[in-house]
Amino acid sequence: MSPQGDGVRAIRDAIASRRVSAVETCRQALDRIAAVNDRLNAFTHVAAERALARAAGVDRQVASGESPGPLAGVPIALKDNLCVRGMRTTAASRILEHFVPPYDATVVSRLEQAGAVIVGKTNCDEFAMGSSNENSAYGPTRNPWAVDRTPGGSSGGSAVAVAAGCVPLAIGSDTGGSIRQPASFCGVVGLKPTYGRVSRYGLLAFASSLDQIGPIAQSVEDAALALSVLAGADPMDATSSGASVPDFAAALGADLRGLRVGVPRAFVSEGVDPAVRGVFDAALDTLSGLGATLVDVDLPHARFAIPVYYLVCTAEASSNLARYDGVKYGYRSPATEGLGTMYSRSRDEGFGPEVKRRIILGTYVLSAGYYDAFYLKAQQVRTLLAQDYDRAFERVDVVAMPTTPTAPFRLGEKVDDPLQMYLADVFTVSANLCGLPGISVPCGLVEPDHLPAGLQLIGRMFDEATVLRVAGAYERHTGPHPRPAV
Amino acid sequence: MSTSEIQLTVADVERVAALAHLELTAEEKQTFTQQLAGILAYAEQVQAVDTTGVTATAHVNPHDAERGDEPKPSLSVEDALSNAPDPAPAGGLFRVPRVIG
Repeated sequence: MSPQGDGVRAIRDAIASRRVSAVETCRQALDRIAAVNDRLNAFTHVAAERALARAAGVDRQVASGESPGPLAGVPIALKDNLCVRGMRTTAASRILEHFVPPYDATVVSRLEQAGAVIVGKTNCDEFAMGSSNENSAYGPTRNPWAVDRTPGGSSGGSAVAVAAGCVPLAIGSDTGGSIRQPASFCGVVGLKPTYGRVSRYGLLAFASSLDQIGPIAQSVEDAALALSVLAGADPMDATSSGASVPDFAAALGADLRGLRVGVPRAFVSEGVDPAVRGVFDAALDTLSGLGATLVDVDLPHARFAIPVYYLVCTAEASSNLARYDGVKYGYRSPATEGLGTMYSRSRDEGFGPEVKRRIILGTYVLSAGYYDAFYLKAQQVRTLLAQDYDRAFERVDVVAMPTTPTAPFRLGEKVDDPLQMYLADVFTVSANLCGLPGISVPCGLVEPDHLPAGLQLIGRMFDEATVLRVAGAYERHTGPHPRPAV
Repeated sequence: MSTSEIQLTVADVERVAALAHLELTAEEKQTFTQQLAGILAYAEQVQAVDTTGVTATAHVNPHDAERGDEPKPSLSVEDALSNAPDPAPAGGLFRVPRVIG
């Protein structure tokens, strides 16, 4: 029994039946982190003492005969933009280098209530803004499949923590693909739930109409188990939904007969690396072989999703990040020439280049004279994109696409060209703009470099069950996902 | 608006940075002007879409998020000040540089 290879249910059941202890399981996770983190830089903070104390608490609970939770003793890692009371939370930004939250995010309370043991915080792009983890103030995370490659972003550290066998489950956030893209690049499963499915209370906000929290796991079943714990209404987040939360893992196992999978062939034919296209086409054949019917769908506005996304998310970011002004928390510049200088210098010294670029772009598109031409226009095209999906879902149950247009690119390759970096998100942003659930499930290795690729499945709002069912059937057929040698 | 109308200058970036309370270095101003001009030229393609009569989507939340306006316990003053760069706990205040000479 170890976090490497064993699934969430097996770990939990072994601890609940006292075949292994939660403390032992926690130590294995901590040892694994210690062994690989110098090379991979997946963790910004390891909370060993707190984790071992929590694990001992789980063991005591089991020993006393109390019913252990669904994640009892399961070691988990949290993206470093999720607040844990008393645990440093930086959003991989210099501006929050010493920030210690005075409260827990709702997902943290839910996970700990379920018995999960938080072992640490994972590296990410600063304030979740990026597609490569290179925008971290604490150095880039490396892909365990090839350490000169990006693990993707922005939840790159969470994806690496799972792929490298440090933890069986990690939590990320996804504003434009930040769970699904790194999951694809690292060969693990990443699920972005429906907008409103999971409370964002305690998530450091980036773009509030898009942000959503979700799991990264070794298998579809583990992602489903995690979602049942994470999901549900929360009075602390007015955008959280009261929709009933099914037992997502119980919905797995059904076959795909009668299920209709939409394929936006015109959209997918543009700009996809041929090797990625090859594994995607093979994945479609597999779904068809499992009984699903493939249906061509048209998403005529999908080609505008990237400009719409970068207009909307930067506008929202410019507003959300106004709170970092050196007054209530975070970095304050030693400059003392007055309040205005203190604000602007603290922000210049505290934020990294991508965050500044997005704040300026967002402020520009919201400013007088540009609002109608950029921001309002983007919101209108967002409506048309959502209507494209509505029409598609009249005919199909899920829409399938590659998660990413390429295999993991090299660190440094796009870092000086922000527009090229943004285009890496072409297949993931529309699920956020339309609030739809999406999953990335590994669909093979792309040659010649033997790097992972992901099959993305997007479903109707609040229909994660179908998305998980299709991904689960695919995964059962293709077998356990290959793992990198670290 | 056509692509040719995007003429982002360093002065534009300075003006917007001031609105956002960001003091940029000279090098940042140059780099951002060039990069943002490229991004805006790309983003301009949305203007080719006919959106006559199309409502704007600010968010996709399908449900009513209103609640009663009832006071509830919140962060203690001590917790709220715990991360302040320059707290004044005796007064329960955040201290800032002098505003009025």
